[in-house]
Order: sequence, then structure tokens, then C-alpha cells
Amino acid sequence: MAPIFAYIEHHGGVADDSATELLAAARKIDANASPIAIVAGYGPEFDAVCTTACASYDEVWKVANQSLAYPNAELVRKALVQVLPKGCLLLVPHDHFGIDLSPGLSVKLNAAFVSDVMGVEGTEGANLKLVRQEFGGQVSAHVRCDVSSGAIFNLRPGAFKPIEAVPANGRLVDKSSEVGTLVGGRRYLETIVAEAGDVDITKEPLLVSVGRGIQDKDNIALAEDLAKALGAAVSCSRPVVDAKWLPKSRQVGSSGQTVKPKVYLACGISGSFQHLAGIKGSPLIVAINKNPKAPIFQVADVGIVADILEFLPELTNKIREAKGASV
Amino acid sequence: MEILVCVRRVPDTAENEIRLNSAGNDIERGDLVYSVNEWDNYAVEEALQIVARIGGKVTVVTVGGEEDEEVLRREMAMGANQGVLIADEALNGSDGKGIATVLRAFVQQGHYELILTGVQAEDGGAQVGGMLAATLDYPFASLVNSIEVLPGGKLKISREIAGGNKEMNEIDLPCVLSIQTGINEPRYVGMRGIRQVAGLEIPTFTASALGVDVGTVGVAAARVKRTDYFVPALGKGAEMLQGSSEEIIEKLVALMKAKGGLN
Repeated sequence: MAPIFAYIEHHGGVADDSATELLAAARKIDANASPIAIVAGYGPEFDAVCTTACASYDEVWKVANQSLAYPNAELVRKALVQVLPKGCLLLVPHDHFGIDLSPGLSVKLNAAFVSDVMGVEGTEGANLKLVRQEFGGQVSAHVRCDVSSGAIFNLRPGAFKPIEAVPANGRLVDKSSEVGTLVGGRRYLETIVAEAGDVDITKEPLLVSVGRGIQDKDNIALAEDLAKALGAAVSCSRPVVDAKWLPKSRQVGSSGQTVKPKVYLACGISGSFQHLAGIKGSPLIVAINKNPKAPIFQVADVGIVADILEFLPELTNKIREAKGASV
Repeated sequence: MEILVCVRRVPDTAENEIRLNSAGNDIERGDLVYSVNEWDNYAVEEALQIVARIGGKVTVVTVGGEEDEEVLRREMAMGANQGVLIADEALNGSDGKGIATVLRAFVQQGHYELILTGVQAEDGGAQVGGMLAATLDYPFASLVNSIEVLPGGKLKISREIAGGNKEMNEIDLPCVLSIQTGINEPRYVGMRGIRQVAGLEIPTFTASALGVDVGTVGVAAARVKRTDYFVPALGKGAEMLQGSSEEIIEKLVALMKAKGGLN
């Protein structure tokens, strides 16, 4: 098997959680693999990330370059093309950076590319058998990938559980001198931090969260009525924000807010992994969806097959009655 | 500005319950409702809005078969000036790289300053745009959620990154951008609009007409192949509440109270 590399993302001097997930995935590809971490960046915080990576990887390749102080995917790609050996396997998190980096890098390395990989089911000759999801998670698919001239896999965050690894005392290899001047057609300017909303959904213990199933802007009131009766806040999934029915500050998910409620009522939400990535702290997840095959029912604790447009007002009335009776 | 938008016709996941066929190796394709890939529709709208501001022309292209003409016409009814179909049996079974290879050949026949794709399609591939850019040696940015045209052959764009934050970039033209949903509000297309473009001619190209070596595309060249679909064995799954809605609500309220989410 060709050497396996893991691309370590980092923010503010800390390696991303995906670093240990990539290690677990590498061992699934080859139980005897000794994957090499590859870390690109610049500055003292970056040096600290390289040192941390040595605690879980036996070998860490460091690519320090002033142009990589911000991880501009085009420049990272140009650096990796100069450093990575031909025919290797490279594992990258399937997130806003991996989506930016890997497809183009696979072309430049003449490597095969598979995105959003959720599982590895073993080798068949020169092929690896991988698992993905399609149709918004409604069905899974096996994919056969010919890795004989190298491959890049973008791995779904959270899909590979970190293994209890023996602490490594990894060797740090400085590859910086192999990278020349990095110039590209895309220049990073700045990061604009999301505006705070009227309600901070990250601090709410009870969320009534609505998805595409709410169907119309006017129906948002059904969720607001229920939230009011429950003393909860209204949050939502991406399609509701795309349709401008609720502000971005109400969106739960990897591109929105990370929430930690006690109870999460997912109303008409199908349950994409990007949405679920925004729910932490193991709340009671209640899924209400008219499609019994909705992927949300696989991860929810409690499921109700119902049309939310009818169910939400009924629930609101019952809660009001119950509260009225207890006063 | 001459803009090319790459679009695709896909089974609409909002309209279909996707099931496995009786053989258990593919999805049941009999009664699927198809539509234009959601992300691509935002890309076409964005192209139309840019052209409305600064002038130019919007071309939509798809790789597929005759049945895919309907999505081209839909995007032409939105306002795209030209639809182009690339159809060739030699392309069947292509992986993302194969599709990028044939699109590159098409791009090289024209003078497009900006090429847009959707971030991903129903298979979650999120790959063709980045591959196309790399084969053309154009700059690329993914997950784009705003575009401003700057003087001097450049754009100012924002990318959607974690936590609702935006990463601002300047990018040189020509370039390839993958467009995220929510960047705009795609205009409505009625039956009347579609009828008005029904008679317009849609040029069709084969791979070889575009100068593509058919050995570099299609199933033989594909290093990534889907072998079958399956429904994974479920974990514990949700405890499904049954009964009348009154009974369901009673159980639900009790569970919420037990978890401390309800006073």
C-alpha cells in the first residue's frame, strides 16, 4: 500500500478535531499503516500545531511558508504538489477547506478523488471499497476507487471515530525548503464574523427548529407560537435561511451555529450531516417529519411521523392547556 | 461579461422518497421527479444578476442526454441566452474527472470570463468545479455566497466558512466559482416562460466534436465507480411514538419533562 498522508487543519494554534479522525480512517484503510501528518502554515502558533501532531502521528511533515499564514486553498495546493510523493493517498476533512482544496489537487497530482467518504470497507486488488451517502442521506452507496496512481479522500467530519492511539513520539520533518515562492490568482482579504442575532440560540435549553417542511414563510408563525407556549426559541436548518424566512443567526449547522440544548425539536428537518454537526451535548432530539424514511429518524431519540403544519398547532394547544391548568 | 453556468438535471430529493429497486443494487428510478440541481439554479440566477448589472451573456451547459434539455430550457426561461447540450454515449459512466475533462474542452471553444457551477449535486460530489478549474489552470473558489465585479478583470467574493462567518477573497478572471445556496433568490419560472423558449434551438455536441480523446472519459477511464446502492443497517434509531395525536403529544410532553427541557 502506498504511503498515507493526513492533512491537518488548524485554527489559532490548535489542531482541528479531524486530525485524530483522519488517523482512525488511515488505520481502516490499512491496519498496519503509519500515516504521515502534513501540516502547512506559518508562525509560532503553527509551530505549536506541528509539535502537537507529533503526539498522535509517528511522522509529521511541516510546510512553513509565509504565504500560508492563512490557509488559502490555491496556495496550499501549490505547496502540496511540490511536497507530496507521486502515488500517495491523502486524507482531508470534507469541510469548507477540503471542498476548496481537494478536487483541484487531485487533478494536479493525477490522483483519483472521492468526496464525503463515510466508511472504508477494505481493499479489492488495486481498489478500495468506500461508503458514501447520496440523495441527502436517503440512501448509501458503495464506491470502488482505483488507488494505483494515488488518491485523495475527503472524509466526512465525525464519521470516523478517533481510536485510542498509543501516544506517539513523532518525528518532525521540515519540508519547507522544498516549496518555492507561492503565487496564485486568488488572494485572501479578511474574515467577516457573523453578526449576532436578536436571540442567541446557542444558549437556549429548548429549541423548536424548523426545516424545509415548514413550506412557507407564513408558517414560521406555527413554530413561533409553539416556542412561545414552551418558553423555547426558534431555530432552523439551512433551506429556511436560504429562503430568507429566518435570519442566518437562527441557523443550526456547520455553516451556522453550534447549539447545546436539553431538548431539540426537529420539525420538518430531513437531517443532513451538516445540520446535525451543529447539535452538541446529546440533547433529547425529537424528530417530527411526514416522510418516515427521513434520515433524521436514524439519529433522533424520539420520532413522530406527522405533517408539522397540523401537528405543531395541536401541540401548541395542548401545551397552552396544560400550562393554563397548572396556574 | 461572458458567463458559462454548468448545470445538471437530478432527481429532486425534496419531491421524492428514494427507495432501492427490487434487485437492491440501484434506486427505483421509475417514478422519480426530476428538476434542475438546486445549487445550479442559484448559480444561473447569480449569472443573470451579474449580466443585468454590467452587461454580457449567459450560456448554460449540461452533460447528459436528450431528456436533460428540459433543464436547459428552464434556465433559458429564467433568462439564460443560450443552452448547450453535450451528449455522447462515450461519456456514460464518467467520474468527476471525466465530466471536468469534457467541460474543459467545451470551455476552450469559447471566451468565457466566468464559469459557475453549483457547490454540489444530489450525490454530494462537490468536485467538478474545482477539477475543471485545475484542468484549465484557472483560479477557483468554492462555497461562494456573494460576488462583486471589480475593475481590472477581478472579482471580490465571499466564501461560506464555519460558524456563519465569511471569508473574503479577491480572484482574477477568468475563474471558476462554485455557488452556494442562499446567495440570491432565484426567480420564478412559469409554464408560460418555458413555452416561450420551447422552440429555441439547443446545439448539441459529442465528445469527439469537442476534440476530447474518448479514452480519457467514460467508464473505462473512470477511477471512481459506484458499484451499488444500499440502505445501511440502522443503529438504534428513534423510538417512534404511535397512536392518536393526543396520545403522541402526551408521551412527548412526558419525555420532554423527564429531560428537563420543559417546566
